[in-house]
Order: sequence, then C-alpha cells, then structure tokens
Amino acid sequence: MIGVAFRRLLSAIPVLFIVSLISFGLMRLIPGDPAAAIAGVSATPAEIERLRRDLGLDQPVWMQLIDYYQGLARGDLGKSLLLGKGVFAATMERLPVTLGLSAYAMVFTLLIGVVSGIIAALRQNSWADQAAMMFAMIGISVPNFFLGLLMIILFAVHLGWLPSGGYVAFREDPMGWLASMTMPAFSLAMLQAGLLARITRSSMLEVLRQDYIRTARAKGLPQGKVVLKHALSNAMIPIVTVVGIIVSLLLSGAVVTEALFSLPGMGQLLTQAVLSRDYPMVQGGLLLVTTFLVLVNISVDVLYAVLDPRVRYE
Amino acid sequence: MNLLDVRGLTTAFMTGSGEVNAIEEVSFSIREGEILGIVGESGSGKSVTALTVMGLLPQPPARVAAGEVIFGGQNLTRMSDRQMRSIRGPGISMIFQEPMTSLNPVFSIGDQVMETIAAHERLSQSDLRKRAIDMLDKVGIPSAARRLDDYPHQMSGGQRQRVMIAMALACNPKLLIADEPTTALDVTIQAQILDLLMDLRDEFGMAIMIITHNMGVIAETADRVLVMYAGRVIEEAPVAGIFDRPLHPYTRGLLECVPSLVEDKPRLVAIPGTLPEPARRPPGCRFAPRCVHAQPACTAAIPSLELLEPTHTAACFRARELAPA
Repeated sequence: MIGVAFRRLLSAIPVLFIVSLISFGLMRLIPGDPAAAIAGVSATPAEIERLRRDLGLDQPVWMQLIDYYQGLARGDLGKSLLLGKGVFAATMERLPVTLGLSAYAMVFTLLIGVVSGIIAALRQNSWADQAAMMFAMIGISVPNFFLGLLMIILFAVHLGWLPSGGYVAFREDPMGWLASMTMPAFSLAMLQAGLLARITRSSMLEVLRQDYIRTARAKGLPQGKVVLKHALSNAMIPIVTVVGIIVSLLLSGAVVTEALFSLPGMGQLLTQAVLSRDYPMVQGGLLLVTTFLVLVNISVDVLYAVLDPRVRYE
Repeated sequence: MNLLDVRGLTTAFMTGSGEVNAIEEVSFSIREGEILGIVGESGSGKSVTALTVMGLLPQPPARVAAGEVIFGGQNLTRMSDRQMRSIRGPGISMIFQEPMTSLNPVFSIGDQVMETIAAHERLSQSDLRKRAIDMLDKVGIPSAARRLDDYPHQMSGGQRQRVMIAMALACNPKLLIADEPTTALDVTIQAQILDLLMDLRDEFGMAIMIITHNMGVIAETADRVLVMYAGRVIEEAPVAGIFDRPLHPYTRGLLECVPSLVEDKPRLVAIPGTLPEPARRPPGCRFAPRCVHAQPACTAAIPSLELLEPTHTAACFRARELAPA
C-alpha cells in the first residue's frame, strides 16, 4: 500500500511540472499588461514603464520562466503583483474558505448521493427509486448558481433563516460558519449528489446481482449485513473513483458559488488575479490547487488498495 | 420421518409476456442423512426448485404460486424473512456452481466463515476463529490456521469450493443443497469434492440434495434420483432403478447420451431437439415432441407421476408397455 502511494507521488512530479508550465504560458498568451492594470487608468506611460521594470516584466519571457522555476526550487511562489504579499500567504488566507465550503458540500454530496442511491437500488423501479432518480436528474440539470439564487430568495429574503452571503470564520463562530455556509454548500452539492446517486444506484444494482450476495443470503445473514457489508463494500470501488472526480468538480464549482454568496475564497482570489493579470498569483494559486487535487487522487488510489484486496496484493 | 417434504410446488416468474411457471407441481421428499440427486438439462427447473426451497428467489419477479415446502414440521413458503434467515445456515444451507464468484472478493475467507457462525450462534471472537479453523481443516484446506486471512483470489477453484462447503456446514445444517457443485471444476478436482461431500455426510449426518446434469455424478453419489424435464418431475427411483430400469423415455435418452467404457455402444445417441422454453412449452407431455415413442394421446394431456414399481414412479402414458421386461 505504501508502495502504491510512493509510486503515485513520483508520477505526480511531471504532472505538476506541466501544470506550472501551462499556467505560466497561458497567462502570457492572454492580451493585457499587468503593469498597466496595476498602475491604473490615470498613470503616465513613464510610470507604467517603471512599474514594469520593478516587477521584472521587462525581461524576456524565458528569463521570467527561469526566475519562476528558480523561485519554485527554493519553495518560493513569488509575490502577488496586486496584493503586495506572498502568493503562498495570500492562498493560505483564502484556501480555508474554499476547502471548508467544499468539505461541507462533500458531506451533503455523500449523505444525499450514497443514501438515495442505495435506497433506489434496493427498491428498484419502486416509487422511491423513481423519486430519487428524478431528484438526481434535477440536481444534475439545474445550474448551481440558479439553485443558490432560489435558496437565497426563499431562506434569506422571505424566511430570513439564513444570511444571504458573507463569511464567518469557523474558529471564531462555528454556528455562524454553519449558518453562512449551509446554503452555499447545499447548492454546490446538488449537482455532485445527483451524479453520485446515479453512480451508487447502478453500482449497487450490479453488485446485488452477484453470486456472493446470494451466498450471503444463503448463509442466513440479516438483510443489513448483506447490503451494508457484502454489497456496499464492493459497490464502494466505483463510488470512490467518482468521489475523487467530485472533489475537483466541487473546487471548480466553488468559484461561482463564492461569487454568488460573496465568500472570500480561492475562486474569488484567482478570478481577481486573472482579471488583473496578476501572473505570480495565478501561477502559484493554480499550482497549489493542482497539488491538492493530485494528493486527493493519490488518496483515492490508496483507498482502492484498502477496499480491494486484489489491488493490494498486486 | 422425512426431513423435507415438497408438495405440489409451483414457482412462477413474471416476464414481459405474462406469468410463466418455471417449475410445476414438483413433489419429492428427503429423509435424514439421504442423498437425493436431481438431474436434468439446463433449464429443466432444478435450480429454481432448490432456490425456492431456500427462499432465495427474488420476489418479485418470482412467486410461489402453489404447493408447500415442509421442513421440520413448518411450511417454509409461508415463513417471514426473519424466520427464513434462522433456517438458512443451521437448517438448510447451500453451495453453488461457481466457486470463483460465490465468495465475496473483498473479505478474507476466515471472515466469511466466521460471520456465518456468528449470524446464528453467540460465540466469542476466539471461539469463532477456532470453529472456522476447525471447519476449514475438515474440508481439507491445508494449514487452515494460516489461510484464514487469505482472500478468495489467492485460492484455486477447488479450494474455494472447499471454503464454500466449510461455510455451508459451519452451522451443522440438517440439509445441504449442492447446486452443480462440481460443474465449474477440473475433472480431477470434481472427484475430490464429491468424495469430500460423501465423507462429510458420514461425519455430520446431514442429508444432501445434489443438483446436476451429469449422470456420472448421480451414479457416484445419490441414494435416490429425481429426473426433471421442462419444469416437471418425470421420474423418481432409487439410483439402481434409474440406471438399470429407466422407465421414462427421456431418462433412457439421458443414459444413452453417456459414453461407456464397459458396454460396447456403436455410437452415442443424442436426444433430438431442444428443451422447450418455459413460455413455449408444448401441450400434453412436455417431452412428446422429442420422444420417439410419442402417440397422439401424449399431446392431449399431461401425464401424472404413477407408481409403476414399489419405489419407482414415472410420468409417461406408455411407461408400462415400453418397460423392459
């Protein structure tokens, strides 16, 4: 198992290299001048020129690239052009918001998706199955910003139960965090929950047809044990794959959700950075997010080995 | 007294084109410690009979349309799920054709044997372990204690079937149903598994209902034989009666399909035609369209099982006149 993790970690290095190269190249391909963007509309050409030199943007692109990788080698992601602070520090300020939102949304996704998928599979073609699959379809089809808007109108405007936006740090006020995050997390989770419900259902249906399920029943095991132990542990293997993908869906979906609920997360930070051509911030932020996703994928691979002895002994 | 009495059992399946009887009016009984062989082609209803007895058919689409299954004085077809679970394991247990897929791939074999015992008896973890090792030892798994934590994919087909047998016998059942237990195994392993079943019958004293399409398996193991065709029992007799004096033309046909080293058969005789699908069964005797002795009367009504000799019944209008002298 440790071997699996180690091999996957090694194979992550080229992935991260390519991502850093692409984000570096893409930023320089988009038209727009960071110096002009930062200096503002009233700046004179001379001021812009001076700023450009200060930021090192007057160097040829390949020199900038070498600087960038030299920085990375030292563990330095550079300094945000716009915020005037380190990229890593800026990211660490915003990342908890996005990770908290995604983790909360993941709880909704797993609860709604897995439970309704199992129930739908056990009661195949019943009204419960039909209802669960209809909700899954709605969850997949309705854009999460639209669902978020509807929720704001109902729960914030009409009922006044939850705030319509704004962020409360978990450490300062856990209940306030819960109140401010519930709507964003739920609206963000619905798409993934619908996806997971469908995957769980088909995976469970597949497993419930297997011979070993009949064996488990033939041994006189109670229904709960047959379903939750024998069926679910096998059905988990495809489910875990999808959960790995869902983590990245949640992180990218968070961009819109953060904007809608005015949450100061990674999504807002990176959108702002792209708009103002904040090269180091975009490059560094993307690299950190990618690293996180790569780690999630490695955990998924390790989880396979935990779940399936046939993988473990290969 | 009979251990199991099956009377007039009819199991129907809901299909796209209406309800179809997979088995019809199946009746038989098994005495304690007896080995009953059920033989027939694939699709003749052997497995459906076994699964109906176990209550393992998914309902719907399956439904017990008529008849009863009496085991230990109780009618199993009327039992609740909970009652039925207490029968499976200590009362009746079952092993299947495919040892490769019948064990759960993600749990160790020890875990799967132990949970069977734990479902029916209150034992400490260490006692469960001891019982599981003991069972694996009895079915001939070498160094059982070390193999307890092995997973199914680390074992051969024969060993997996041994594990299945250990699991099935772990709660000391009175009846073991073996559904084609050797069909998926190599010929050399087949003999070992059959020998094992016979030995365990002597040791544990349980009755066995062995389902097969293989006349050789029947000859080697069964005390009494039930022949099924297209969902119905068409002949029943002690094993010697079936092989020496088969009374139904179908049984005779089955035996003629078996190659023999002793007798000098010029060539094997195949039964012409194929088994009819449950939804397209012919009127009257189901075997009539394939039977060389068929007469117009054969397609007019379904022949019932008749006691033709003291322990020998067959369902054929012409059995008496065609019987070998």
